[in-house]
Amino acid sequence: MHVPDGFLDVPTSVATAVVAAAGVAAALRGARRELDERTTPIAGLVAVFVFAGQMITFPVGAGTSGHLLGGTLAAVLAGPWLATLALAVVLIVQAFLFADGGITALGTNVVLMGLVAVWTGWITFRAARSILRRSSRAVTVAAAVGAFVSVPATAAAFVALFAVGGQAQIPIGTVLTAMLSWHAVIGVGEALITALVVGSVVAVRPDLVAGARGVLAGPTLELREGVSAGEGATT
Amino acid sequence: MSLRRFAVIALAVTLLTAGVLSWFASSNPDGLERVAQTLGFAQTAQEHAASDSPLADYRAEGVEDARLSGGLAGVIGVVVTGLLMGGLLLVLRRRGDPGPPDGRPTSPDRS
Repeated sequence: MHVPDGFLDVPTSVATAVVAAAGVAAALRGARRELDERTTPIAGLVAVFVFAGQMITFPVGAGTSGHLLGGTLAAVLAGPWLATLALAVVLIVQAFLFADGGITALGTNVVLMGLVAVWTGWITFRAARSILRRSSRAVTVAAAVGAFVSVPATAAAFVALFAVGGQAQIPIGTVLTAMLSWHAVIGVGEALITALVVGSVVAVRPDLVAGARGVLAGPTLELREGVSAGEGATT
Repeated sequence: MSLRRFAVIALAVTLLTAGVLSWFASSNPDGLERVAQTLGFAQTAQEHAASDSPLADYRAEGVEDARLSGGLAGVIGVVVTGLLMGGLLLVLRRRGDPGPPDGRPTSPDRS
């Protein structure tokens, strides 16, 4: 999904860089409020895991591959503001050290993966979570739904940018159909990896999952309920 | 599970993913590259400005073995990403934590 230099014209790249900078500035403000002794280590771990996860390109058929975007995964685990920052850091490292994603296209890639993937995934996750029952499984299922939706949503956002500033004259409907069909399949992989990771963290430390806060009772609360039930039985 | 133990396991999984699991990554074009090739706009991509980076395309320069080269590049990427994100988080916590005077605002980071 990393856009190279040259796909989009200079005005579009400049515009996306401005949007990316504004988004990261907003995330810096938002993240400052969210940081505590639990979210800080999680945000660091999320950034390194997303970098590693994006390396694993998986085949989706017909000689094509996909890889984790990680926007929803990061948002559910660390909250959307820290997720935007984590993705921005990953994209900067990839562009400057690994020649993955153009340097003039860095703003475009931050908009696509750091803003669109993170926020569409997070909003879909929140919507799915509110429909489902309050359980740890619901958090995992909602994360998978958010992850699935975020990939074609990000692909569609690229097509919108391509319609404005694409450097090749191709009917935009054709680009949209091709991008959405491939990325719907890639979205399934995104959903599976996200469910696996979120499900694992929810199983061992649900209190570390930003998207589970206010939904799952912490271990302390469960213990108190057990104690009070025991007291009720003895009296 | 303690936070420290959790962090150690998560880091181990991350390093294994970047260093070992990456051997099995598909080398096929990804969704966007495939669409660009099929629809004929792949050639509008320019040579990457950092294509002579010693880690370009997730290959550590000078390491012959392809798996070792890719795995090493992945591990270096994890370390650099961790240092950058860790530094950013440290700065954010120092600046954004004027309220509770607990005296040690950054100590939980070093887990």
